[in-house]
Amino acid sequence: MKNVALLASVLILLVTAGFGQQTLTVGFTESKTGALNVDSLEQYRGFELWRDQVNAAGGIKAGGKSYNIKFASYDDESNSKRVQQLYTRLILEDKADFLFSPYSSPLTATAAVVTEQYGKIMLTTGAAEGKTYTLGNHCLFQMFAPAPEYLKVALDALKTKDPKATVAFVYEDSSFSVAVVTPAKAYAQQLGINVVFTEAYAPATTDFSAIIDKVIASKATVLLGGGHYADGSTLARQLYGHKVPLKMLTLLVAPDSPQWTELGDAAVGVTVPSQWAPQSAFKAQYGPSGADFAKAYAAKYNTPPSYESAGGYASGLILQRAIEQSGGIDTAKVADALNATDITTFYGRTKFSTAANEHGLQVGHSMVLAQWQKDKSGKLVKEVVWPLAGKSANLVYPMR
Amino acid sequence: MSGVLASMIDGLLVGAVYGLAAMGLSLIWGVMDVINLTHGAMIALGMFAMYLLFGALMTNAYVLLLPVMAAGLLLGIVVYWMSVHRVVGRPMLMSLLSTFAVNMMVIGIGTAIWSTSPYNVNFSLPGITIGAYTFTGNHIAAAIGAVVIALALQLFLYHTRTGKAIRAVADNREAAELMGISTTAVLTIAFGIGIALACTSGALVSTLFPFTILSGATYQLKSFVVTILAGLGKPFGALVAGVLLGLLEGVVTPFIAVSWIPLIEFGLFVVVLVAFPQGIFGRATA
Repeated sequence: MKNVALLASVLILLVTAGFGQQTLTVGFTESKTGALNVDSLEQYRGFELWRDQVNAAGGIKAGGKSYNIKFASYDDESNSKRVQQLYTRLILEDKADFLFSPYSSPLTATAAVVTEQYGKIMLTTGAAEGKTYTLGNHCLFQMFAPAPEYLKVALDALKTKDPKATVAFVYEDSSFSVAVVTPAKAYAQQLGINVVFTEAYAPATTDFSAIIDKVIASKATVLLGGGHYADGSTLARQLYGHKVPLKMLTLLVAPDSPQWTELGDAAVGVTVPSQWAPQSAFKAQYGPSGADFAKAYAAKYNTPPSYESAGGYASGLILQRAIEQSGGIDTAKVADALNATDITTFYGRTKFSTAANEHGLQVGHSMVLAQWQKDKSGKLVKEVVWPLAGKSANLVYPMR
Repeated sequence: MSGVLASMIDGLLVGAVYGLAAMGLSLIWGVMDVINLTHGAMIALGMFAMYLLFGALMTNAYVLLLPVMAAGLLLGIVVYWMSVHRVVGRPMLMSLLSTFAVNMMVIGIGTAIWSTSPYNVNFSLPGITIGAYTFTGNHIAAAIGAVVIALALQLFLYHTRTGKAIRAVADNREAAELMGISTTAVLTIAFGIGIALACTSGALVSTLFPFTILSGATYQLKSFVVTILAGLGKPFGALVAGVLLGLLEGVVTPFIAVSWIPLIEFGLFVVVLVAFPQGIFGRATA
């Protein structure tokens, strides 16, 4: 009997070794609770869909081995302090081979301190603020187009549609929104667009009445700004409730969420700079097409993907490709492969800066402007309206 | 209409809701000398009670204030017997810890059920437009609701036997007991009313702004400022102080960034504590 058991064990070992099946741990935190909950969930779903599809296909194949992906993740409560503790835990206790970033620029900046300290590769997604990449990091790789790109696309559209518009910048006082709005104000000036009002609000703001009164008094015809889902959706709802006669309302992040339709008429006409839209017709050199990704996502989650979801999935794809190219999971070799990455996936082009003063900054990806419009049946749909070359519908201006 | 006037009217409307939110805290603090740290969580529960009732019944949201208030009263009585009764009259730290523990339990359970995603009560009344400014119907209705509830509480405290008993206990518990008032029953009812007021104010706020289970914390902080401004145990004074606080916000926001408001409010909090320790409406009596 003993001999039979021994033989069986040897056979199992041989079979396992023959297939070279190993497990690769990817660590990250998600904001299951706290202010970033909505956006973070969408990012997580992107990660999850990628993992499930890769594992269903037998794992990542590299250097004659197959790596099944295992996630190690925790709730960071949308809190930087938790991120610091949890990324340390992911590296030291969970032995994560690679890391994805949390959602949002501030949390990612915190996580980056830890991952760099331990020399671990982290693909950052849902984090556009660029300052982190100027600090001499070696293992960070940014998937999102950097913050200064966000409102450029809206201002370009505005310059074409209504160069005499008067603009108000009303934005969340967070590192991401500040990093977006500061260069946008300079760009507006460069385009000759008149900025008549600027104000930042605290991230937890729920009552925008006072700011809305100021916007009305400023006679602004266009409002650009926002921050994340909770504040952005509230601001849009209250602007609508106060009947502010805006011709264009462009908010960051929030309107990209499928939940945006819950705002009803307040959602109509609102534009959002987007890292990706399902209508984007990039010819993928690697991974699924945009249509296949959107279809698989909708089938799994019963909701269309947002750009946070696409960014999450694309992070997995880029990591997967780097592992395949490097022939294994050795950190230095995978980092080299990431540094050499210049590829177009369904998400668009991905290329990381290798310059010493901005290593890892995303330099290949570009953004689009999407707008919520009503289709013929009166249903709210999100259309790509800018740049003109990639539009799926015309920009509705004035918005209502 | 000028922007400053519009801002002042907005401040007055939202100030009435601040006042209502603070009334429950003020009543409990004044009557039983307990700083109720479940206050914010109860406001949040009021928001979710309105959300669930409105979703189920799809009727006028303001009609639903009555069942929310009744549920709040019952919840308050349960919380009183669960965590407050044994610590009344003992060092304040004990009631602080006890109510803080209940607060954490409510937040934890609420987070597990509803996460921290924002929710909305999709009910809106037509607003009033004056020039370029529109005052939403929900803000106006919430302010009127807050004033009506405050008046009803005032009538209850001054013109009913139970209300007078609550005031008597707040004034001198031992003397009230000697007069045959069951202080335990009175404290239970007072705590229940305090929680009912917190839940009702939460229900009103839910018709104005999106909310999460954590949203009560903002109103709890404002309630502390209002309660200190009004003086402990002065529920109607809390309404007036709330309106004043809202008006202050309305007056200053056209001239400074909105993010400076907490600094001004808590600066006022410190000034009132130092200069008027009994509040601007004088000695505490419920």
